[in-house]
Amino acid sequence: MITVQSLTRKYGSFTAVDDITFTAQPGRVTGFLGPNGAGKSTTMRVLVGLTPPTSGTAEVSGRRFADLPNPGLEAGVLLDASAQHAGRTGREILTVAARTMGLPARRVDEMLDLVSLTPEEAGRRVRHYSLGMRQRLGIATALLGEPGVLILDEPANGLDPAGIRWMRDLLRGYADRGATVLLSSHLLHEIEVIADDLVVIGRGRIVAQGTKAELLAAAGTIVRSADAVALAHALTAAGIHHHPTAEDTLRTDADPELVGTVALHAGIALRELRPADGAGLEEMFLELTADTQRDDNSSEGRAA
Amino acid sequence: MSTMTLAEARPVTRRSAPAPIPFSRVVAVEARKTFDTRSGFWLLTSIGITATLATVAVLLWAPDSELTYDTFAAAIGFPMAVILPMVAILAVTSEWSQRSGLTTFALVPHRGRVVRAKAVVAVGIGVVSMLVAMIIGAVGNVVGSTIAGVDTVWDDGPMHLSTIVLGNVLGLLVGFMLGVLIRNSAGAIVTYFVWSFVLPPLAALLATSQGWFRDLQPWVDFNYAQGFLFNGGVTAEQWAQVGVTSLVWLVVPLAIGLRMVLRSEVK
Repeated sequence: MITVQSLTRKYGSFTAVDDITFTAQPGRVTGFLGPNGAGKSTTMRVLVGLTPPTSGTAEVSGRRFADLPNPGLEAGVLLDASAQHAGRTGREILTVAARTMGLPARRVDEMLDLVSLTPEEAGRRVRHYSLGMRQRLGIATALLGEPGVLILDEPANGLDPAGIRWMRDLLRGYADRGATVLLSSHLLHEIEVIADDLVVIGRGRIVAQGTKAELLAAAGTIVRSADAVALAHALTAAGIHHHPTAEDTLRTDADPELVGTVALHAGIALRELRPADGAGLEEMFLELTADTQRDDNSSEGRAA
Repeated sequence: MSTMTLAEARPVTRRSAPAPIPFSRVVAVEARKTFDTRSGFWLLTSIGITATLATVAVLLWAPDSELTYDTFAAAIGFPMAVILPMVAILAVTSEWSQRSGLTTFALVPHRGRVVRAKAVVAVGIGVVSMLVAMIIGAVGNVVGSTIAGVDTVWDDGPMHLSTIVLGNVLGLLVGFMLGVLIRNSAGAIVTYFVWSFVLPPLAALLATSQGWFRDLQPWVDFNYAQGFLFNGGVTAEQWAQVGVTSLVWLVVPLAIGLRMVLRSEVK
């Protein structure tokens, strides 16, 4: 169980993480989703005590991370697979971690086996590792202590498609046996196939959270009209957020009934009115983060 | 990808709360980390190698009258004074420069404990290295005087040898302090060399031209005061000067550095 409460982290006048609250439940994979620079990594660093929060709290299994007696046995952490001493061998990195946790050397071999690093590869220095190999080593380090909580920042980075599938099955299995898994990604399809719950973050703020099913169901409405400009004005006047997706098409977060009522009152004939469906998380993600993304490619243009 | 032995990632049923990590284990792990990289291994090996080379050099080139234990100790002491602080610096800075701190401080989320363990290891390595060097020097002294056919001279007593060890440990701690304060390998190493090889001649120059500084120097110049320990026969006043300069140039900056380490972000 991971609990983040009103967490804020500021750097001078810049707010990297802005008052976020969420929980990651045991037995579920929670996807932490957001564009680059949204505050995912900062949140995770605060969670494991590497970055002090400006305000708010973050707890793992009901305690501050620093209060865990032997953190490696309770929470497996992978923040950056490249953050290892380049002169150490893969096996040595695992051995150092295993010794710190007080685990037998046998665990190191089990983990190397689990992440499919051969003895020959494990004997190489990490400087010569590909990103994918580093990622596997990092996952092995996180799993060493058989922790009940996993905190993984972009664990699929650098893995090939087969590797991503492997990791997905691994994390799924972990969650099914009762572990809390929190993993971040800026790639939607990665998270879409593995996560049960989603926390979507943009510019330091949580823009959506819930189960994957809920978020997909709340994907909004597609509405088409020959007079899309008038429709856009009517929606804006009614305080409904929207953006164009095609010449005659608008998309909104509001449900179809409300959109239909607005159109009726404005006397606008509709060509089509339906719930947005099948678009998947990708569209939702782009939509949710559109106004918080760096390259502001969003909307309102036609309505303005 | 074939060996998907998911069964190996055993169940995550809750166990009883694990025992806290004992400090001795953190020390043992930090000790291992000073040896387990290629650079760390060769740095430590080079202590033995340079001590042997220095001893051989004295055997080959020192005049017979100079074949005393003090000569050997001085010859071995110089490389030691360079290498030991490097060991201390890298033990600290690699966590930041190599970014391994991301793992280290997540496994032991008490940075003060980790830094303390590193200090214990660094001082331990310093003392052991000095003992090894003294033995190498003693062997050199016996062999040298035997070859030259002169009496073996043991002119450095236990007290003098202890102050030499202390002097080197202080030098090592200066390296450690710079590592903690700067947290960057290259920056800390360069600063150390400026501190111990560029500043002393400048201070000496100042002392010869400015009378007021000459009187003040033992009380403000850490390098100068450290010299008393290497020369032996330290007086009470000199001990006080070692104490005062250590406090100002070692203890205070170390405290500031520690405070920064505890409060900073690890990225």
